Amino acid sequence: MHSIFELYLVSLASLKFTQQNSSYMKILVCISHVPDTTSKINFTDGDTKFDTNGVQFVINPNDEFGLTRAMWFKEKQGAAVHVANVGGPETEPTLRKALAIGADEAIRVNTPATDGYSVAKQLAHVVKEGGYDLVIGGRESIDYNGGMVPGMVAKMIDANFVNTCISLEVEGESATAIREIDGGKETISTKLPLVVGGQKGLVEESDLRIPNMRGIMQARSKPLHVKEPVDATAETNTNTFEKPAPKGAVKLVDTVDELVDLLHNEAKVI
Amino acid sequence: MSVLVYTESENGSFKKIAHEAVSYAKGIADAMGTTVTAVAVNAGDSSELGTYGASKVLEVSNDKLQNFNAEAYADVLAQAVKNEGAKVVVLTSSANSKFMAPLVAVNLEAGYVPNVTELPSSTEPFTVKHSVFTNKAFSNTEINTDTKVVGLAKNAYGIKENPTSASTEAFSPSLAEDDFSTEVVSVDKATDKVTIADAEIVVSAGRGMKGPENWGMIEELAETLGAATACSKPVSDMGWRPHGEHVGQTGKPVASNLYIAIGISGAIQHLAGINASKTKVVINNDPEAPFFKAADYGIVGDAFEVVPQLVEKLKAFKAANG
Ligand SMILES: Cc1cc2nc3c(=O)[nH]c(=O)nc-3n(C[C@H](O)[C@H](O)[C@H](O)COP(=O)(O)OP(=O)(O)OC[C@H]3O[C@@H](n4cnc5c(N)ncnc54)[C@H](O)[C@@H]3O)c2cc1C
Repeated sequence: MHSIFELYLVSLASLKFTQQNSSYMKILVCISHVPDTTSKINFTDGDTKFDTNGVQFVINPNDEFGLTRAMWFKEKQGAAVHVANVGGPETEPTLRKALAIGADEAIRVNTPATDGYSVAKQLAHVVKEGGYDLVIGGRESIDYNGGMVPGMVAKMIDANFVNTCISLEVEGESATAIREIDGGKETISTKLPLVVGGQKGLVEESDLRIPNMRGIMQARSKPLHVKEPVDATAETNTNTFEKPAPKGAVKLVDTVDELVDLLHNEAKVI
Repeated sequence: MSVLVYTESENGSFKKIAHEAVSYAKGIADAMGTTVTAVAVNAGDSSELGTYGASKVLEVSNDKLQNFNAEAYADVLAQAVKNEGAKVVVLTSSANSKFMAPLVAVNLEAGYVPNVTELPSSTEPFTVKHSVFTNKAFSNTEINTDTKVVGLAKNAYGIKENPTSASTEAFSPSLAEDDFSTEVVSVDKATDKVTIADAEIVVSAGRGMKGPENWGMIEELAETLGAATACSKPVSDMGWRPHGEHVGQTGKPVASNLYIAIGISGAIQHLAGINASKTKVVINNDPEAPFFKAADYGIVGDAFEVVPQLVEKLKAFKAANG
């Protein structure tokens, strides 16, 4: 266990580093607070609201890859890593988890996340105020699958943007990214300030960090700033949710002959 | 007041999703009492778009747009929308569409809804149904802005012919230097393989295949069917197959006509990502595998026996049916 004094020295050392190194990056990782992938999806209030009853919330998986990539930047080339979420107080445990994984500071914009546009507007304001060089978001949040927040933030702050990013290197002001495209990938050269929509590949599954005891202890004393929102009206609103029609029972067959026959004559897919 | 649709092409020919997008745009235009204008970038002859309902095609031909560039393409679309006074912009769920959609939306101060599965249930207010929670639910969402951007979910609407005489017009947007501050250095794409995004049939295999050395029969099955190959997440995590093949909630989404799952248990995260596929077939030796509950057809059996038999049968079937 490390003493508070040791931690103080560590933070003092990193502070010195901030002031000395000119290529020092300021990174913001956008963290979406989403239901765990195993959650049962139900709705309440006449199918107008997601039922959070019994649901466990986690860091959006795509964002988790981005957070680990940000930690590598910090460790290998020096960077300040901040995380931000737009949402109510209930999202704070998710931000604390990001701090426990290693982020230096967290920001919560205190307003419900109503649509992709309004969330992007809040985050764009955070990015402008904080003067971040690199913003890492996820390709999409696994709840509403909007896939629009990083791109919108980029456009709002006039930064470069790379989506479905599976590799990212930054050297001074220049960045090289690999983007997943349909059926392959492409290498992109661009400059900071940059926003990426990240996913697995930025780091691998096995690189993801699970907060350890020390991280969790440290996270308690790291700053979590609560900011009041700027004006932003949602451009879209959800009227109702519905669930897919229940599926008929599977037809089990014994032979490949029967299967091919069904696929041809019944399903008409071959 | 028209409906504007972006039509994606590759090496001078339109992709199938371009035909589907135009078909869908025509459906919206009919509901609104207006016409469809398509935008085609470096696509060559675009008269075929009339078949699916385009009344006008804006042809952009520009060497700087040879590689896809989200910022520049978004700028092209936004200018076309303004020129045409279009109120609705139709994009798809391709990687390129999803890349540029948020840029187009901000540029036009338009609300954007992706993964739309049907024609709008109402155009006033403009209300669309789209998949959320990775195919575990749908949301009926209203877009409140004057201009609307919708991203059509893959394989959700289908290609519908609607012969219309299409006029073509050269369109030369003014592109700023700023549009090119991200630059594609190289593209790495297998040209001889069907991609998961474009495939009508996907053959997918999981940990039940025991090891990468056993994928020969999976590839043969895919080849026989003209299908793309895919895999479960642990298979790509263990390096048995490339990451690009990982499908599911945290991998690529699949919305093919036929999805064949071999030696895949059917974990909730896997099912979520492939559920939009129309017909699902499972081959698994465990009758209790959860995938059977989500499938249309199933064979309880050893993949190492069933798959080679299936390949033989399909080869005979193809030979007999052309
Ligand atoms: C946050 C998170 C996100 C995830 N995202 C995804 C995702 O996007 N995609 C994904 O796929 N998974 C995802 N997973 C993992 C998922 O939970 C499962 O672990 C995974 O899908 C299992 O892969 P599998 O079916 O190949 O392996 P297993 O679950 O090990 O299943 C193997 C199957 O093969 C069968 N089998 C064995 N031998 C044979 C044989 N000889 N013949 C026929 N069948 C045989 C077995 O009966 C079994 O059903 C995610 C998990 C988490 C926690």
